[in-house]
Amino acid sequence: MRNMYIYLLIMAGISYTIRVLPMTLIRKPIKNRFIQSFLYYVPYVTLAVMTFPAIVEATQSPVSGCIALAVGLTAAWLGADLFKTAVLCCAAVLAAEMFLL
Amino acid sequence: MKQLHKTNILGTQYSWQALQNGMRDGVPIGLGYFAVSFSLGIAAKNAGLTPFQGFLASLLCNASAGEYAGFTLIAAGATYLEVAVVTLIANARYLLMSCAMSQRLDPRMPGFHRPLMAFHITDELFGIAIARPGCLNPFYSYGAVLVAAPCWAVGTALGAIAGGLLPLRLVSAFSVALYGMFLAVIIPAARKSKVVAGLIAICFGASYGAAHLPVISEISDGTRTIFLTVVISAAAAVLFPKDTNEEEETDA
Repeated sequence: MRNMYIYLLIMAGISYTIRVLPMTLIRKPIKNRFIQSFLYYVPYVTLAVMTFPAIVEATQSPVSGCIALAVGLTAAWLGADLFKTAVLCCAAVLAAEMFLL
Repeated sequence: MKQLHKTNILGTQYSWQALQNGMRDGVPIGLGYFAVSFSLGIAAKNAGLTPFQGFLASLLCNASAGEYAGFTLIAAGATYLEVAVVTLIANARYLLMSCAMSQRLDPRMPGFHRPLMAFHITDELFGIAIARPGCLNPFYSYGAVLVAAPCWAVGTALGAIAGGLLPLRLVSAFSVALYGMFLAVIIPAARKSKVVAGLIAICFGASYGAAHLPVISEISDGTRTIFLTVVISAAAAVLFPKDTNEEEETDA
């Protein structure tokens, strides 16, 4: 069994290092085109990979997870912000599972 | 008034107004944080964290995807190295935001503000700070953080406490809140760019495949995430390099 506080220390240390280094060290824009493009795509790719199929497997029924995904995609596409999209997804699961379960 | 165009009307030095404006803009963000961090708290509890540890994690990490990815790994009994690498990857976007913010600081600003402002770069707080014209006022950011950060940390603790007391039906509903937030980050970009839209479709497919195909599905969740992220992002960077002159800082 590993120590929980060491886990947290690692997470906090890395999270802060990532944020503090560019802001304190980099005074000029990154010039390398590959690195720039890679960094641009990374957030979208990571979040997409983490979202699916996990969203479908998080709920009691995969069907309600699929509905949450469809609702989230639609809401975000139509311009809902982070909070609204999250709430709509939750409401969709709640409503769907009333009928399904 | 040429000033209005290029200068932050709050200036770049301390004023009660800057702090106050930040706090005001931090309120809706804090409310959103509270709801989402509640579901993060449920994930923390499932990973074996106590409510206090969940509170501490959120207070120190200030990251939704990063914390969630970390908790998932902790739950799986991952190594410290795996947790470090996944935290790095899940938070890579903050590196970009930090780069963007570094370009918007007043050169006369005392140096100690840089490491302080960097502590709470998140999608939302970066968004509201960068949305203001001209150089950033650190006190505007501090105001927003003072309101939003406690909501994030307390929400996580409450999720870890109450997650176990809630009916299964509500837990099931709350568990998709984070994914909803992730969708709200990636989909607007997909709407603007066909490349990003195609990329997300490929990620969904690849991630599904990796989770179910023999051999690959036996690798841990976190390692799969790192592997897919590096391979797909690198391929996209080679095939569809970004125009170096394009400004990215208005994203998020």
